[in-house]
Amino acid sequence: MADTATDGFDLTQFYQIFFEEAGENLQQMEQLLLNLDLDTVDDETLNAIFRCAHSIKGGAATFGFEDVAELTHQMESLLDKLRRHELKPTAPMVDVLLESSDALKGLLARHQGLGGEPPETSALVARIRALAQGQVPAATPAPPPPMAAPAPAPAAASTAVAPAQAPVAGPVGPAGMPAAAPPGALRRLRARIGPLTHMAQADAIQELFRDIAGLGRIIGQRDDGAVRIYDIETTGSNDELLDLFAFHVAREQVVLEPLPTDDAGGAAAPAGTIAAEHSRDVIEEGYGLFAGAPGSPVAATVTDARGVASPAPDLVQGYGLFAGAPGNPVTPEQHAAAVQTDSAPEATGPEGAAAAPGAAAQGDARARDSAKAARAAASAQLETTTLRVSVSKIDQLINQVGELVITQAMLAQYSRDLDATLHQQLLSGLADLERNTRDLQESVMSIRMIPMSVVFSRFPRMLRDLAGKLGKKVELVTHGEATELDKGLIEKITDPLTHLIRNSCDHGIELPRERLAKGKPEVGTITLSAAHQGGSILIEVRDDGRGLSRAKLLAKARERGVPCSDDMSDQEVWQLIFAPGFSTAEVVTDVSGRGVGMDVVKKNIASLGGSVEIDSAEGYGMSVKVRLPLTLAIMDGMTVRVGDEVYILPLSSVVESFQVTATDINTVAQSAQLVKVREEYMPVIQLDRLFAVPRRGEDPSANSIMVVIESDGSRVALVVDELLGQQQVVIKNLEANYRKVPNVSGATILGDGSVSLILDTSALVRRVRQ
Amino acid sequence: MHSILAVDDSASMRKMVSFTLVGAGFQVVEAVDGVDAYEKAQKQKFDLVLTDQNMPRLDGIGLTRKLREHPQYATTPILILTTESSDQMKQAGRAAGATGWLVKPFDPNRLIEVIRKVIR
Repeated sequence: MADTATDGFDLTQFYQIFFEEAGENLQQMEQLLLNLDLDTVDDETLNAIFRCAHSIKGGAATFGFEDVAELTHQMESLLDKLRRHELKPTAPMVDVLLESSDALKGLLARHQGLGGEPPETSALVARIRALAQGQVPAATPAPPPPMAAPAPAPAAASTAVAPAQAPVAGPVGPAGMPAAAPPGALRRLRARIGPLTHMAQADAIQELFRDIAGLGRIIGQRDDGAVRIYDIETTGSNDELLDLFAFHVAREQVVLEPLPTDDAGGAAAPAGTIAAEHSRDVIEEGYGLFAGAPGSPVAATVTDARGVASPAPDLVQGYGLFAGAPGNPVTPEQHAAAVQTDSAPEATGPEGAAAAPGAAAQGDARARDSAKAARAAASAQLETTTLRVSVSKIDQLINQVGELVITQAMLAQYSRDLDATLHQQLLSGLADLERNTRDLQESVMSIRMIPMSVVFSRFPRMLRDLAGKLGKKVELVTHGEATELDKGLIEKITDPLTHLIRNSCDHGIELPRERLAKGKPEVGTITLSAAHQGGSILIEVRDDGRGLSRAKLLAKARERGVPCSDDMSDQEVWQLIFAPGFSTAEVVTDVSGRGVGMDVVKKNIASLGGSVEIDSAEGYGMSVKVRLPLTLAIMDGMTVRVGDEVYILPLSSVVESFQVTATDINTVAQSAQLVKVREEYMPVIQLDRLFAVPRRGEDPSANSIMVVIESDGSRVALVVDELLGQQQVVIKNLEANYRKVPNVSGATILGDGSVSLILDTSALVRRVRQ
Repeated sequence: MHSILAVDDSASMRKMVSFTLVGAGFQVVEAVDGVDAYEKAQKQKFDLVLTDQNMPRLDGIGLTRKLREHPQYATTPILILTTESSDQMKQAGRAAGATGWLVKPFDPNRLIEVIRKVIR
């Protein structure tokens, strides 16, 4: 294909759009397939799934991704039969389509240069073909169930009534399978039918071609002993032809092979067909203008024996113009010629008339479809009103707005001491600037916000596969898909959430019979929800499985040498599963590994400035709550002064602040200090000592201010000199611009232009714990 | 300058068609499906309509039929760009009043060639 379509055109510039579009189509197809209720499938859903495959195929063929085009062609053929109600959708079909969708993702990733193993598609193609022929395949060649536990046989096996069959039952040898022909393209092949006892049996094949519009035509025939040989020009697949021929002759008696090229001209073409050479041009170029059609410049049109508008020899090359149709720029003579052709015996007349009722029926169907397609309409509308922009451009914009915010804050600070009566206009202008800057910042930040549905949508599929593998029955319920979160966070939260859901399914939800024995519904429920809560987002993964066992956790902790005691609160016991290398599962499975994941999950979430909370009741289930900031770029901070330095504490981790006298602080072993707050001792960190900041000759024994911060469920009190205020700060990454600094998570520029460090509260808390 | 309405639900196909045609000196307006195209065709008279066949809401043949009901578009060339080149599709296209068809995947040079043939 590259040889024809790239002539003077650089197609690569469209690849990215195609990849994005194909990705969206695959995503949509997957979603629709997963929601497909096999008992009550509606036409609109089937059409929508078909369109996804169809769109990908069209693009892939255009841009030369032939492997993608071939697989989507097979999917499309099966889907076409489904939407035409020639076949009823079954679970094995959904399975093979989902697997094909995965394979397509792999193929597309490779074309994008993302690497990965080339997916094996020939088995998929064979399975799809078999299903499209109405065969029920034997169990899918899936890897053996990983668990020792008795996993139920794949659904396909239970319904399998016939052994797996080769997609084509006829004795068609490998050489006789011109399957490499471009999907749907007109091609020529030779059918050998026989040996026959009565040659008249084969005549019925001729009638097939006469009766079935779109099947193609016979361009030559001869008898070779008891074998009838037909040379055929068709767009149909071998399977379709064999299916049709089977009405008249046994499959075993049909052999399809590509037509030898030197024979093509030699095959006696029936009178009235266009010259073989020309017709080949047409086939290869793939277009036609209908003579006399509106807009067609076509003159004397050559129609084939059936009068179906075939491209005229001078117009051949992949298009057609209809004779006599409006818009056809034919000259009067040409028109006359076209009319003549039309009125010739066996010409378009009867066929055209026959086509009309069919078209009307199609119109009705379309009207029904369009009524149903209100939702599709909305999404199509969306496309015209959205704009694809690269993330780097948005980040640049966010950065610039960040600078603007700082400049505005600076101006506000400098103008604070101006006389309001003398500079009234300037000050009101600055007030406007402040409001506009804030609005601008909010709007810009919202560009990066993406609904959680982007993440949630991948889980139904994952859970379906996983539950099948484990022999469990699980339903996924999602809430708050519309909740928006920063794109950067969305990307980073996906893996930890995947892990949590896998854990719930693997370790939480019990096997169906175990559930029934406990008096629970057979189908377990995993609930995934997202909601805004203050300045953060709360994501919860909840299951109604077996829950955490306090006794088991403590026993395991002792076994692993993780420090613990029987006096620990439930909360603290649950936190044990975050210890490195901790596993509660009795059977190690390949699904969630050995439980090493939970500490990684926690670490990942903490690195995003988030926290994880666990709640559980043994026998009733477990809930993991992940709290994240809405964005990584801006944060509400509390500014505090230590000596001459100003530090910023994330407001989300500040619990309270109070004044203490030196005597409230108790020094214990190794100069560690504790402060007693409401009957509770809390570790103290002297920030001036930690950062080696000289204090301004302030009397250390004088009253000082303590700010209590909380992280990972633990609290520490920080000693500071002054609380300066609260403000939104734009976070600048210190690691990227300088290097990693202990106890510091980033930096920002204050209103007066000075740089201030943002303290890493979780590092501070960890520090005193050790 | 001749104006062309390019209709396809696939953004990549649309971009490619319009890139090809703009490069050949045509003025191109894009539409995402038959309904969108029909609305745009009523606001502006195009010299040629190039439409995909399989689209949500309203397909290429349906669009052709609707456009032909308008005196303005009675003789305007309408080409259906399609991956389905079956005779059935051609007959339906013809019955709806299409000027011709062009099979996807297409060669950009050929597309221009065909359009130059039919555009006035």
